[in-house]
This record gives sequence, structure tokens and C-alpha cells, in this order.
Amino acid sequence: MFKLEKRPSPSKPWILATPILAVILTMIAGGLMFAALGKNPFEAIRIIFWDPLFSQQFAAYSRPQLLVKAGPLILIAIGLSLGFRAGIWNIGAEGQYIMGAIAGASFGLTFYPTESVWVFPGMVIAGALGGWAWAMIPAILKTHFRTNEILVSLLLVYVAEKFLASAAVGFLRNPEGSGFPGSRQLNRIEAFSNPELIANTGMHWGVLLAFISVIAAYILLNKHLVGYQIKLAGQAPRAARFAGVNPTRLILLCMGVSGILAGLAGVFEVTGPAGQISIDFNVGYGFTAIIVAFLGRLHPVGILLAGLLMALTYIGGELAQLMLGIPASAIQAFQGMLLFFLLALDVLSNYRIRMRKEGVA
Amino acid sequence: MAIDPVTLMAALIVASTPILLAAIGELVVEKAGVLNLGVEGMMIIGAVSGFAIAVQTGSPTLGFLAAAVGGALLALIFGVLTQFFLSNQVATGLALTLFGLGLSSLIGESISGATPPPVARLNIPGLSEMPVLGPILFSHTAMVYFSVALVIAVWAVLKFTHVGLVLRAVGENHDAAHALGYKVIRIRLMAILFGGACAGLGGAFFSMVRVPQWTEGMTAGAGWIALALVVFGSWKPGRVMLGAYLFGGITALQLRLQAAGIAIPVELLAMSPYLITIIVLVIMSSGKSRAALNAPAALGKVFHATG
Repeated sequence: MFKLEKRPSPSKPWILATPILAVILTMIAGGLMFAALGKNPFEAIRIIFWDPLFSQQFAAYSRPQLLVKAGPLILIAIGLSLGFRAGIWNIGAEGQYIMGAIAGASFGLTFYPTESVWVFPGMVIAGALGGWAWAMIPAILKTHFRTNEILVSLLLVYVAEKFLASAAVGFLRNPEGSGFPGSRQLNRIEAFSNPELIANTGMHWGVLLAFISVIAAYILLNKHLVGYQIKLAGQAPRAARFAGVNPTRLILLCMGVSGILAGLAGVFEVTGPAGQISIDFNVGYGFTAIIVAFLGRLHPVGILLAGLLMALTYIGGELAQLMLGIPASAIQAFQGMLLFFLLALDVLSNYRIRMRKEGVA
Repeated sequence: MAIDPVTLMAALIVASTPILLAAIGELVVEKAGVLNLGVEGMMIIGAVSGFAIAVQTGSPTLGFLAAAVGGALLALIFGVLTQFFLSNQVATGLALTLFGLGLSSLIGESISGATPPPVARLNIPGLSEMPVLGPILFSHTAMVYFSVALVIAVWAVLKFTHVGLVLRAVGENHDAAHALGYKVIRIRLMAILFGGACAGLGGAFFSMVRVPQWTEGMTAGAGWIALALVVFGSWKPGRVMLGAYLFGGITALQLRLQAAGIAIPVELLAMSPYLITIIVLVIMSSGKSRAALNAPAALGKVFHATG
């Protein structure tokens, strides 16, 4: 029989090794899933993980997509990771992302038509505020009424989705769109657009901000008192209170930052790659970012790498859909599987496995 | 267009049943000290597996059975991860929901558009023909009555039986229960499987009775509302049932108001079930209400036997 023995502190080597091991196990389990779907598993795994970057035929298109998809994932996951570390569970980033996009787009479109260079920065600020305000709802309900932030933030995603639908067919609908739902094409209007900064790289303002947020989070967590308080609150809530950490402030801060970053991801997406407010504008980045945050071990550099990997599975998934007819939903199941393996393997970081000797009293 | 109170009440019961099933299952899980946030994932897996089997076999009964098995199988993943691999319950529950949503659309790909076999309504001679009460209470599918019976059974088992006592002991203090010789992990696994089966049945009620169709993500947050209902009901079966019917009432009413073309924006009406759930959660968790005090003491805590 095996016996688990709690380690005094989590094992460093295992913390680094488990994400890699989890990816390998997911490839094996995913391969079995693809085989069950009647596809060649080796070909499927190659198309998802290798071809988007290195195939002659597709790389030119898919390489820039890597940053386009990784940008919002990293931006949102960095914000979520701060809260997760402190034991504050904002799982409604998808809603904050939507509200950020709507707030940003609304701000810009009130000035239509315009050529002012100040409108775009205004849209970005409006987007940040939109995401922040939406995150403040669960935060304030938590601090004032002790309401569970997990349920409230999640339920607000559905509210945001309904609001998105009403924006797309109602107050943000393109008046020149012959009645079709959806706003004006923001990325085709110069004053509103978030352009590709360097041609054929996928780099836009949101991606740049994602990189900056990685560095900022790293400094915050390692060099700043607030970072220390976040870590302390997560690991030893009681000790944190004795050390003078104000839980209310911490909740407002962590929820606020994650809301702002999710809102920014939304506004950069709607003005850039997505291009317009439409009914199905959101594609689940807010949820996938939860996986990214865990896969990156809630560490900024880890999140950067995990975001790139997750982006790869999105692009590879689209390619697999095109080449092998693997349904898009298979990739979602694939991503969920990755999180399962990671969580299961975590036991190796936190516990030592010992063989139990028989017959010992 | 006027709203007929009799059909509204009948629709209320239909709208409440899936959430009631999922919530009563989750109540048992939480009473055992486990927080499974994967209810939404288990419901949608139940919805698709029940639908698929019912379409293929033509038997709604087999469909519901498959839904319960499907939900329980997904819950088994959660059980193994949290009980044997000692993983974080919040993260694992979320993973379950994300995985369930993906897997269900994968399974559902080939069967969307199919029509499930009709689920028969139970006609109770004498009662079903009664005016007003007949259509409201006595003209439903067997699953509706099953859900009510399940609530009563859960209440009775928790309150009066040894099994219920042990389950609550495990949820209040797993170390003490372990010291007394109870198999904490085994008991929790059973509770998790029961919760999964209930959520699966709830999901199948969506795809086979209420809609009845398969569409991606069709449970649309019902699993999360079920989780909220457990808090709302302060972990008491009777109150959870009351909450489910209240919620079902709002859902049924807003759908009718939408159809009636009333002067409230459709989107606001569609948001209302979620908004009202939030408001109710706030009321229940604020002030001196006993809801928070009634939560199982070991809820969400990892159990690791050192002895």
C-alpha cells in the first residue's frame, strides 16, 4: 500500500515538473480520445502542437495567431492568479471581459464619426472601468455581506451575456448594418482600432500590455509588501490578520485588478482581432484563463508560458478541425483534461509517497 | 395576452424540477463536507447522455438511467481527484464544469436535431381530472414526483438514520469521524457519486422533458443556481425545495412575460433569474441570518489521514 506524507513545504522540482508531466499525460489521454473519434491520434497531436508553429503550409498564418490568442489569456490569468493566491475566487472573468468590451465600444461609438487620437485611449480606460465595475459587484457583496464570490461572479457571467445580446441587437447595433445584429466594425475605423503593431506577428496593444502585466505581477509578488500580503493571506489567513493584513482591502484589490485586466482584454479584443460587438463576441477566454492560471502555477512567468501553450491548443484545435474534422468541442474537453491531470499531479508537489510497511504497529 | 395562472403553476413545477434534483444531490455532497462546483458539468453530461440513450433506445427510462450513470461517472473523476489525490476542491470542481461542457458538445455533435421519445405524463385517475389542482399537481412526468420523493427521502435519511448521522459527522469533523473508525473517504465518495447521479438526472430533465432537444450548453447556468440554492436553503432539504420552486416560478413567469410582450426589455427578463439568485444569496449570507452558521464545518477542507 502507498501512504502519503505531507511535505513541510511544497517540493520545488515537482512544482516545475508537474505541468510538463500533465501536458504529456494529456497528450496521451487526448490521443486516446481522438482515436475513439476514429482519427489518427499521432496525426491529431502533431497538428495541434507542431503544425501551427512549424508546418510550411500553415505557420505563416498561425504563428501570429499565437500572440493574438495568448494575449487575452495571459492578461486575464495574471489578474486571476493574484486573487487565487490570496484565496479569493473570481471565476467570472468572462463577464468582466464582456463588460469591458461593451464599455470600451460604447465610449468610442458615442464619438462616431471622429478622427481624434484621444478616443482610443478613452476607450481603453472605459474598458478597464467596465471590467472593474463588474468585478466590484461580487467584491463588495463579499466584503459587506459575506456573499460567496464564486457564485456571484459566475452568475454575473450569464447576466453579462444577456447584456451583450441586448447591446448587439440594440443600443450598439450598426445603424448602417441593414438590421443585422452587431456593432460597427471598430477595427476598420482608424480612431477606434487596435492595430497590429508589427506586421505579421500578431502583436497588438493588448499583447504588449499582457507582457507588461507579467513583469508587473512578478515585481508585485516578489518585491512589494502587497504581494507578500497576498501570499500570506492565501497560505495562512489567521497569521495574515495578525500581521495587519486588511482582508477587505485585499479582496477589493484582487477582484479590482482582475476585473480591470479582464476588461482591458475585452476592449483590446473588440477593437482588434474580434473587430465588433456581436452576440457571440466572447469565446470563453475568461474560463480558459482559469486553466492558464493554474497551469502556470499562479506564477507570472509560468502563466506566460501556459498562456502560449493554451493559445497553441486553440490554434491547433482549429487546424485539427479543418484537417481532420475533429469537432471544436474536443479541444475544450482536451483543455479540461489538462487541468485534471495537473490537479491530480499536484499531490506529488505537496506530499511524499511512501510504501507502507506491512505489520508495523 | 393574459397569463393563465394554472399553466403558469404547472410550468413552475417543470422549470423547478431539474434544479431541485441537482440541488438535493449537491446538498448531500456538501453535508459530507465536500464542495463540488462541477454541478453544471455533471448536469450537461447528464443532459447529453440521457438524450443520446433515449433517442437510440426509444426508452426515456433508459435515458434517465444513462443520465444518472453519466453524471455519476463524471463525479467519480472529481471524487478520485479530491479524495485520493487530495486536490483543491474549488479548482477541481471548475475543471469538471469546463471538461463536462466540452465533452458534452463532443458527444452531442452527432445527435443534435434528433427528437427524443416523448416522456409520458402520469395520469392519476380521479386526481388528474380535478379542476385547477389536476393540471398543476397531477399531470406531470414521473420524474417530477421522483424529485419530490427524493427530497423527502434525503431529509428522512439525514435526520433519522444512522447513515445520515455518520454522513453529517464526516461533514462536520472528518478527523473525529476518522478517529471513531468511519471510512471518511469511502463515505464522501458515495456522497459525491450520489450528487453526480442527481445532477445527471436534472440535466436529462432539461433535454428530455423541459425543452426537449439537445443544444450545446443548454443547462445555461442551472448547475450554478443549484449550488446557490443549497446556500439559500441553509443546507436543509425542505428549504432547498422551497428555493427551487421559487426560482422555477421566476423562470416560468419571465418566459411568459417575454411571450406576452410586456413593456419590460426581454434581456432584463432573461437576466432576472440570475439577478434574483444573487439577491437571495446576499440576503441569506448577510446579517445575523443563520445560513452561514449552518454550513457543514468541514466543507471544502482536504482530509488527509495521518494515522
